[in-house]
Amino acid sequence: MILIGERINGMFTNVKEAIAAKDKKVIQELAKKQTDAGAAYLDVNVGTAAADQEDAMKWLVESIQETCSTPLSLDSQKPNVIAAGLSVINAENGCILNSTPLNKKSDDEVMDKYMDMASNAGPKAGIIALTMDKNGVPQDVDTRVAIAAEIVSKAMEKGFGTERLFIDPIILPVKVPDAQVQPGNILAAMDQIRLLAEPAPKMTIGLSNLSQGTTERSLINRIFLAMGISRGLDSAIVDVLDTDLMNVVATAEMLMNKQIYSDSFLKVYSKTN
Amino acid sequence: MSIPEIADNYTGSVNRVTLGATKENGGTRTSTITVGGARNVVYGGGDDQASEKPVIAIDVLDSEPGDWPELLAEPYKDVLDNPAEWAKKCIEEFGADLICLKFDGIHPDKGDKDGDHAAKVTKDVLKAVGVPLVLWGCGNDEKDNQVMPKVSGAAKGENCLLGTITEDNYKSLTAIALADNHFLISEAPIDINIAKQVNILASDMGFPLERIVTFQSTGALGYGIEYAYSIQERQRMAALTGDKMMAMPAICDVGYEAWRAKEAKLVDAPGWGDAADRGPMWEAATAICLLQAGVDIIRMRHPRAVKTVKNFINQVWS
Repeated sequence: MILIGERINGMFTNVKEAIAAKDKKVIQELAKKQTDAGAAYLDVNVGTAAADQEDAMKWLVESIQETCSTPLSLDSQKPNVIAAGLSVINAENGCILNSTPLNKKSDDEVMDKYMDMASNAGPKAGIIALTMDKNGVPQDVDTRVAIAAEIVSKAMEKGFGTERLFIDPIILPVKVPDAQVQPGNILAAMDQIRLLAEPAPKMTIGLSNLSQGTTERSLINRIFLAMGISRGLDSAIVDVLDTDLMNVVATAEMLMNKQIYSDSFLKVYSKTN
Repeated sequence: MSIPEIADNYTGSVNRVTLGATKENGGTRTSTITVGGARNVVYGGGDDQASEKPVIAIDVLDSEPGDWPELLAEPYKDVLDNPAEWAKKCIEEFGADLICLKFDGIHPDKGDKDGDHAAKVTKDVLKAVGVPLVLWGCGNDEKDNQVMPKVSGAAKGENCLLGTITEDNYKSLTAIALADNHFLISEAPIDINIAKQVNILASDMGFPLERIVTFQSTGALGYGIEYAYSIQERQRMAALTGDKMMAMPAICDVGYEAWRAKEAKLVDAPGWGDAADRGPMWEAATAICLLQAGVDIIRMRHPRAVKTVKNFINQVWS
């Protein structure tokens, strides 16, 4: 399971304050803690409060890389903010550009830009593409799959390897009216999207979104992650510092025969993956 | 049993292990041996994904074996009571890549010899040959814990491969291997879950995973080789898909297991073919089968079997 640690995000108060005060220590500690907990990538999101988002992205990337070599997931819907991060990144061990829809009303070529930036960043750089287009987020299975098919064919046209492509079928908060059908739709869409290319694009989700505003956030996240893993989910953006959640990942992967059982299977998961 | 899916490329690889310390590295070995490094299954992927060439460790016993079949003892008949000369013969005449010094003679039921004896044999063999050594206890936990620290000390700094640790008996040997700078063999009874656990236990004591070689126990042709093959294969697939607790090179004990088989040692068996050929063939077939599962170090006994297997290795890993 490719886990992307979500904690370096300007939406969190401590990160927001650290960005404003240019306090590297907070960021570097979060990078280390998430790496030790088993994050394969660290998500980097400047949030909405930063005065100069490009500058904040550069500062975050540089601060993290001073003390940590874990690959980064540059998280912004704005290509210029991603580009700012890429201008200072060390992508030798890979990086992810997170994320782009297939297209937008304001920018029909937005995905091309993300793919081009990833190609220029090096052979191990990937992108997360959302199953979303200029018409917004689809609610049903078929439209999700149709958009994913367009994403995959665009990648193939551009010679962008599908093994570098993460597809996020967009999980909506379960508490939103009429959204309770969505978790099931996501799982059904994943089954079909995986068949679109060989090698299959990787399936990823931004897990925490699912439980927004609910009373049992951690439980809902954990259970859905286990359900996703049982359907072949490859990756997720999660709070890797949530030990209960990490134990679910270790157990679900072991039960799916992705990890060999040992009596210490919980303890070793984060150390070795 | 399902057949694993084989990919063109994998994310993981097997650790590379270099046994033996030369003068520059504080030892007295004249050569080192590097094994492991596979990034695909045997025959899978390009040549650049293949492992280092597998190697053969010929067994030398610390004390004259009382129960070897005559056919097996014959090539060694002049040296069976002299481990140093025996080791020399294995290197100079039979082409061993390294020597596995097996301390059967310290077992309470097979001579019950002490640590001083074992340490002396270790020093004698180190002096007689320049290749790296595998130092393998007798399998009696209590006796191994008494004697193997002395063996380890006698070879301190030589980067030997010391074994074996098990789930129930790992602490003293792990500590001593760490102190004397040796590599460790982790043993499990054809049980992948225990195999992983033993590696974790050693790692928890601060022993580097990169200094471990796994021993999953070996079954000879006709005596459980399919279990041994499957477990080696499972270990290798885990390593290739990124399980660092299973990313070690593997060792098998083919010589001992093959020569326990009646098909290998029974002389009076009309219809089974010439006994002089049968034993070496049994041993060679067992070794070649396990090499294809990805085993990196093979312990062997009969010189003719060694020759056949070396020929196979040289053809596949050319």
